[in-house]
Amino acid sequence: MSTFDNPFDPDRNLRAGCACGQHGSAAEHDQASLALRCEPTESEERRYEGVVASAVMRAMFPQDVARRAFLKSVGASTALAALSQFFPLKTATEVFAQAGTPEKKDLKVGFIPITCATPIIMAAPLGFYAKHGLNVDVVKTAGWAVIRDKTINKEYDAAHMLAPMPIAISLGLGANAIPFAVPAIENINGQGIVLATKHKDKRDPKDWKGMKFAIPFDYSMHNYLLRYYLAEHGLDPDTDVQLRSVPPPEMVANLRADNIDGFLAPDNVCQRAIYDGVGFMHLLSKEIWDGHPCCSFAASREFITTAPNSFAALTRAIVDATAYASKAENRKQIAEAIAPANYINAPVTVLEQVLTGTYADGLGGVKTDAKRVDFDPFPWQSFAVWMLTQMKRWGQIKGDVDYKAVAEQVYLATDTKKLMTEMGLTPPAGSYKSFAVMGKTFDPAKPEDYVASFKIRKAS
Amino acid sequence: MTTSSLRLRAGVVSIVLLAAFLGIWHLATRSTGTTAAMSPEYAKLMGLTATQGKSAMPGPVDVGAQLWEHLKRPFYDNGPNDKGLGIQLGYSIARVGTGYLLAVLVAIPLGFLIGMSPLLSKALDPFIQVLKPISPLAWMPLALYTIKDSSISAIFVIFICSIWPMLLNTVFGVAGVRKEWINVARTLEVGTFRRAFTVILPAAAPTILTGMRISIGIAWLVIVAAEMLVGGTGIGYFVWNEWNNLSITNVIIAILLIGIIGMLLDQILARFTRMVTFPE
Repeated sequence: MSTFDNPFDPDRNLRAGCACGQHGSAAEHDQASLALRCEPTESEERRYEGVVASAVMRAMFPQDVARRAFLKSVGASTALAALSQFFPLKTATEVFAQAGTPEKKDLKVGFIPITCATPIIMAAPLGFYAKHGLNVDVVKTAGWAVIRDKTINKEYDAAHMLAPMPIAISLGLGANAIPFAVPAIENINGQGIVLATKHKDKRDPKDWKGMKFAIPFDYSMHNYLLRYYLAEHGLDPDTDVQLRSVPPPEMVANLRADNIDGFLAPDNVCQRAIYDGVGFMHLLSKEIWDGHPCCSFAASREFITTAPNSFAALTRAIVDATAYASKAENRKQIAEAIAPANYINAPVTVLEQVLTGTYADGLGGVKTDAKRVDFDPFPWQSFAVWMLTQMKRWGQIKGDVDYKAVAEQVYLATDTKKLMTEMGLTPPAGSYKSFAVMGKTFDPAKPEDYVASFKIRKAS
Repeated sequence: MTTSSLRLRAGVVSIVLLAAFLGIWHLATRSTGTTAAMSPEYAKLMGLTATQGKSAMPGPVDVGAQLWEHLKRPFYDNGPNDKGLGIQLGYSIARVGTGYLLAVLVAIPLGFLIGMSPLLSKALDPFIQVLKPISPLAWMPLALYTIKDSSISAIFVIFICSIWPMLLNTVFGVAGVRKEWINVARTLEVGTFRRAFTVILPAAAPTILTGMRISIGIAWLVIVAAEMLVGGTGIGYFVWNEWNNLSITNVIIAILLIGIIGMLLDQILARFTRMVTFPE
């Protein structure tokens, strides 16, 4: 049962019986956490009204039994009328929906022109920022290091970052340690391994010894996924192949020029290589780990504390946009909205193939996979723990790591949960979940054992 | 042979060369390569290079048509990431202008001091020699980190790269003023300041302006790279953004415009140089 059900229903238990307080029982809670997706219910206003009424009823009848008795005796409609008499539900709802007025309305958000940034980008042309009272300029940025520096320098209030980047920045890897936080994941899946067309008969990774691969950044899911994939096939990514950090726009040009043999890259770059007849799709990243996070929406702790309402409004806009993007029927419209030169600057056909999941594979076939890229904002802390295990595995972190502490500091699962509840969405119950990467289960409670379980890793 | 007929003949040769270049370019990009057979649904999802074997390199006709599109509306503004070429060039010129003027303000007085004092000249020489050959882009990360603002960093990079040629040429020009002239001034008991402005400055001006001319060329070279790195606005950003979309046509147009603007900047300083040159 969600917070957005009718609070005037006498049979409903407002004092919920589960850990998160939203479900009637622990069993219901588990059920809901399985279906973690955000399903926007009815209209925004109705949702908020429900939340406010719920809170008012709870305040009036601290004893749930008393509330039920009251509702049973006078009837729900009378109760609603009586309540509205002395409590302006409508006004309260409006105030609630506005939340706090943003301290700063004109914001700058940086992005890298790839489809991972879809929610951040589309929120501008499709009006999600405006809906939450913000005037946001989304600024295209040349590369990950630049986006990091500009966000640290406060030229950007928040930015699109690779999911491991805020962790790396907070830990001071490759930059001065500055506490950053992730209120929302941008996209899940949506990457791919593309090989040059001349390798179309070398589909077994065991034959890839000595090849050169490009990844977008050292602290990227792309790096960790490619290394994981290679290592599972018995190749040591540090000695058997060459991994190069190449900005996404240069990848296709490099593949054409034969400087690299392939890449694990964010989409529209993969599809672009196919579109231009340079390479073919070897594997979608979802085949390595279905539901893996890729990019995140990140801001510095400083921004969050100095402008908490702006930050909350931004997060709401992003969560809203993500929910919209998660619906397959909206994807074509989104592709058209983000294709112009002001945003991603790519042919609409390419973006459509990425977002709708019906794509040319570069070998003459048309494939369909509706979940090729998907959008789900919830920042699972177990994602952060997994990234930390990989940083440890490949020697980016030396020494001991307090996995849980870092994950909880950077990935704001609790705050996002609260925000999603306020918005009338159904966030998952926990902040950790187990998942499988190439069939191997990851238990977020035992990160050290997980790191130790890999045969191929950098000795530390 | 008169000069006018020489000029005419040179013009004709230039035009012939241009026509030959365009012709070869056109022929080289016209051809269509072989394509593999593919189903219509598949072909619909693919680009022209893959379906028709169209060369990835645009021909002169494509570039001309696209250039015309840009020239028709050079000042459009579709938001923070998509502005007309006129606006982008404006940003770049403004950045180069600011960094360059700051460099002039520092380099010329400093060069004067160093040039007039053999002691300073010797003492500062090792520093200048070390700093001079550093690629301006190597300063970029340091600038971003310390200045904490990308557009000021870009201006700083222009400043730091255009200061050295001006400084060295000023030093050289000031130190190389003929001894006789200075001695004459001394005999006439001209004061230090007056001597600097009425004797040394005019005498050293051609060398100083040559330094300024070298500097503006370097500044213009660097701005494109700096903007590609930092992004946001400017002609360098335009190149990067179009590269991102693998639009070689627009990249070629940008290259052409960068060349033309660079030439204009150089010509302006060449004119100044001619104004201060004197026959000996």
